[in-house]
Order: sequence, then structure tokens, then C-alpha cells
Amino acid sequence: MKKVYERNNIAFDMPSPYCPGCGHGVIHRLVIDAIKENRQEDNTIFMAPVGCSILSYTYLDLDVCQPAHGRTPAAATGIKRALPDSLVILYQGDGDLAAIGTAEIIHAANRGENITAIFVNNAIYGMTGGQMAPTTLVGQTATTCPYGRNPKDGQGYPIRVCELLQSLGGVTYAARTSVHSAPNVLKTKKAIQTGIENQMAKKGFSIIEILSACPVNWGMTPEKANQFVANEMIDYYPLGDFKKDGKIIQRSDH
Amino acid sequence: MGEKQLMKGNEAIAEAAIRAGMTCYFGYPITPQNEIPAYMAKHLPKRGGTFIQAESEIAAINMVYGAACTGARAMTSSSSPGISLKQEGISYLVGARLPAVIVNIARGGPGLGNIAPSQADYFQAVKGGGHGDYHMVVYTPETVQEAADLTMKAFDVADEYRNPVLILGDAILGQMMEPLIFKEPSGRKFDKSSWILGNRKGRKSHLINSLSLSEGVVEQWNWELKKKFDLMAGKETMVEEYMTEDADVIFVAYGTSARICRSVVNQARKQGIRTGLIRPITVWPFPSETIAGRAKKTKHFFVVEMSLGQMIEDVRLAVLGNATIHFHGRPGGGVPAEPDIMKQLKEILQS
Ligand SMILES: Cc1ncc(C[n+]2csc(CCOP(=O)(O)OP(=O)(O)O)c2C)c(N)n1
Ligand code: SF4
Ligand SMILES: [Mg+2]
Repeated sequence: MKKVYERNNIAFDMPSPYCPGCGHGVIHRLVIDAIKENRQEDNTIFMAPVGCSILSYTYLDLDVCQPAHGRTPAAATGIKRALPDSLVILYQGDGDLAAIGTAEIIHAANRGENITAIFVNNAIYGMTGGQMAPTTLVGQTATTCPYGRNPKDGQGYPIRVCELLQSLGGVTYAARTSVHSAPNVLKTKKAIQTGIENQMAKKGFSIIEILSACPVNWGMTPEKANQFVANEMIDYYPLGDFKKDGKIIQRSDH
Repeated sequence: MGEKQLMKGNEAIAEAAIRAGMTCYFGYPITPQNEIPAYMAKHLPKRGGTFIQAESEIAAINMVYGAACTGARAMTSSSSPGISLKQEGISYLVGARLPAVIVNIARGGPGLGNIAPSQADYFQAVKGGGHGDYHMVVYTPETVQEAADLTMKAFDVADEYRNPVLILGDAILGQMMEPLIFKEPSGRKFDKSSWILGNRKGRKSHLINSLSLSEGVVEQWNWELKKKFDLMAGKETMVEEYMTEDADVIFVAYGTSARICRSVVNQARKQGIRTGLIRPITVWPFPSETIAGRAKKTKHFFVVEMSLGQMIEDVRLAVLGNATIHFHGRPGGGVPAEPDIMKQLKEILQS
């Protein structure tokens, strides 16, 4: 019989460090599959953020750099400038990238740092126990917006990161995908591949924003959480390409 | 030996760093250290390195963190308010055991303060401005020549201990022009192959990290750091004694203050006043033993600082009640004037 799927040995032989139904596990798998398919295992430096996915350093058999909360794009810049031929994978959550690290991501993107950013948008602070994130939807509850996020109450609006970054000259590729269903997982895989190809071709900054469930802190079963992504999140965060080969893709879906 | 050149302190630091093999510089503009990033922008790329004007001091220190992970010699510079922003990064550099050189050309504070010279960042530099139990070697050059020499040394010391090193100057050191001769860098080689990131072929994966949630691990790391700090304290202390042998009053001052005190000592000696100077060249590790040794014989110690009095606490600990300590300080960008110090010196002798 032909083997069509097997363990990716970039992941250590251990249970995933993430909760059942968490998107991080799936996204890790897609990232390491892409690293393997491009034969970049020995050439990759994986940037572990501060957030649940900091645990990637316990799980991935790669060279890993773990900087301070939100500072990953700056540290990745330092690495990539010192080692321009390495494959640098930036992996960040929404608190890490779109709150505390907003300046670092915008400027790394704007300088066109030749790196690939994987941005996991789960609309919540997972690691610290479910606080409001910059991407928490209007009306969504969190421990620090217990009555639902209300922009009229000074809690601001959910930030659309791809739309924000697409205008920057250094960005070659920006796409939003999701991992709530099999077809979307496959599209995410393709987008990650594009991001890695861009880096190998030295085209500049790529970002793949991935909508991802956090069942635990959303207070939902994994199944309900995936429905929340499909029904609520995609409505506000439309999927697709926002920039490709440096060209802005005009959209009229929001 | 190279030839004599006339340079500003900031430029001398920049040139010395490049000669020491520093290839990655990241900085953000702030007076009075702007000559450093400008020098790097002009010269470093031509000599095979990378210069980035970062979006903030926070980004700059984290770029240093990244570059250091690859084994490159990396550096950032700033002045007081910007150094405050780097404290997070410095703590992480120590935690992740990464070498780096940081330059603080200090100015008046607190807050935005002014752009005048100051020594009010002493506590921040030597007591750990960032979080956690940590130390780093802190050099306090007095002259442009010494600034260049210590910058070269700083890279070796950073690599040797895998720890950040701070060069603490002030606006006078950064801005003044003096002749200097660049020494040959030591040429010491440091084998970083057991920990750096990138080009993994043929070895196990490496991790640069300062977190562990497993019980006892961070405590163990701290004990290992302590061994390193103890080693640094034992080996890296630098101090100059100037005319202390027969002194009735010994000045303790570093950097620009030491320069002023040296001049006072010279004038006082001409008037037959027996005074001398202990000049810490490292303020961490602090030359406590030298001070303690002199305190057995000399009754008066006279601390001069461009602050409300910070190093005086370390002098007090070293003297341990064996002598009387006097203080002259000028905060907020004020520079001690020789006549004022001389007057106070005479009062001490009459007391
Ligand atoms: C300077 C600093 N502030 C706060 C924290 C605490 N903290 C750890 S993870 C985190 C939020 C992470 O959320 P996100 O980036 O969305 O990642 P997720 O866990 O959701 O994947 C916070 C606030 C920290 N580690 N450092
Ligand atoms: S708390 Fe949320 S984001 Fe973190 S591992 Fe669990 S499900 Fe994933
Ligand atoms: Mg999150």
C-alpha cells in the first residue's frame, strides 16, 4: 500500500502541547510540512512568539529563537540581516503582533524584511486566559470585556491586519486564510507555500493571517468554535489574497 | 600602531566597534549620541556590515538580540530615555545568554530631561534597570582614547561571558574631540558553534530562549548565571588609582567626573594638599576592594558625581564605616566646577 500521509519528524514525537481543537497544532503542521517540502529543515530559524505558541520550542525540532512579547519581527530582522540566506519563519498571535508588537510588525513589513510571517488570529489572548485581543470581535466576550467588546465604550474596533499591512511598500504578499475546515486547511497550506517561496526568491515580506479557534477561552466545544470561525469571524475578516507579487488586490467585501 | 587621529568620542566608539568585528548595528536617533548611528550608516555597509535605523530603541535592542543569535557581533547605542526603553531587551539578552554591546551616552533626566551630560543612569546601569537577577560589565571611559579601547574590549568580554556589556559615557565624552590612536583589536576567537542559530546541517537543533515553566529550571539557570557573575566580578574589575598612596583625602569618581577630579588633584598637589583619586573604570564590577584597602589608612573619601548621588552608595558599602564620606553632586545636566570642588576639599581638610 502506498503511504499518503505520515508524521512529520520536524515535530518531536510527543503529544501536541495545545488544547484539543486549537488551531495552533494544525498550523504548526502546515508550516513544518512546507519547510520539509522545500527541504529547508537545516536552514530554518523559527521565531517563537510570546503566547500559547511559545510552546512551539518544545515541539519543533528546528533552530528556534524566542524573543520578548511582540518583539519577534525586530529579532527576526536581526537574524535575517545577519544570515540573509536562512529561512526565517515569524509566528505570532494577535496580542503579540497586533497589540504589543504593532510597531515592530509594521516596520519589519515596511522595510520589506525578507521573512515569512504566520499570524494566528484567534481573537483572544489564549495564553493568559482569555483577555480581549485587538482582534476580538465586536460583541464577543472576554475576561476583560465581560459584557462583550463595545467600541462605543472605548474598547476600540477589531483590527484587520492584512488590510492594514497591504498598503506598505515592503509587503509582497498578504493573505488571510482559515483552518476551520478541510478545504480551508488546504488553502492555508498553499498560502504558506507562497510565503516561503517568496522568501526563497528574496521577494520581501509575506504575511499569512490565519483565523484559528481557541475553544478553551471562547468557552466552546471544538466543533462550536469552528462554527464561530465560519459564521462570525469570516464575516468580519474576509478570506483571500490582499496583496500578491507586490500588487494590492482591491476588494469590496467589507 | 595606527596613526594619531582627532575624533569625537561617539565616532571613536563607532570606529572601534567596527574594527572589533562588529557587523550588525541597530539604533534610533537621540541626542547626544547621534554621531554613532550616522557613522555606522556611512561606514558599516561599505565594510560588510548591516546598519538599520530601527523604529524605536525597543526594536533596535531586539534586532541586536536576533543578530546575536547567529553569532554576529552586534551593538546598539542610545542616550538615557532610549536606554530606559532597552531595559526589557537587556534583561532578555542576559536571560538568553547572548553577547551584545550597548552604549549609553547619558543625558540629564528624569523624563526627557535635557541633552546635557549626566551620570544619573548609574543605578539603572549597575543595579539592573531591567527585571530579574542580573548584572553586566559596565565600562565608564574617561577619555576618547579609553572609549575606543574599552569598546574593543567590550566585544571580547561580551563574547567570553555570553552576556551584554554596557559602555556608560555622557554627553561630554560623546561630543568632545580628542586625539587617539586605535589599538589593534585582540583578535581573540570565540567558538560559538554550540549555541548559535542557522545552518543546522550535521548538528542538533539549537534554542535561544529565556523561559521555562518546568519546576526549578529557572532557579537552576539563575545559579549558573551567578557563577558567571562571580567570575566576572573576580576577573573584570578595572580601576585606576591616581596619587592615592599618601592622600589625606581620596576622590572617588568615574568618567567625566573623574576627569574633573584629576584636575583638582593636580591643582591641590601644587598647593601642597595631599589628595588622590580612585577612578572605577568598571562600575560593575565595582572596585570595592581597592576602596576598602585605602579606607584602612585614609580618613576622608570624597565622591563626585553628576547626579544626586548614586555611586556613593557603593562607596559607602566598600568603606564600611572606616572613613568619612563626603559628596559633591550636580544633577540634571549640571557639571561640577573645579573651584567648587576645591573649596569643599579645603573645608573637609579643616574639619
Ligand atoms: C511584556 C509582557 N507583557 C505581558 C505578557 C503576558 N502575556 C503572555 S502571552 C500574552 C498574550 C498572548 O496572546 P496572543 O498573542 O493572541 O497569543 P495566543 O496565546 O492567543 O496564541 C500576554 C499578554 C508578557 N509575557 N510580556
Ligand atoms: S488556550 Fe486557546 S490558543 Fe492556547 S492552546 Fe488552548 S485553545 Fe490554543
Ligand atoms: Mg491570540
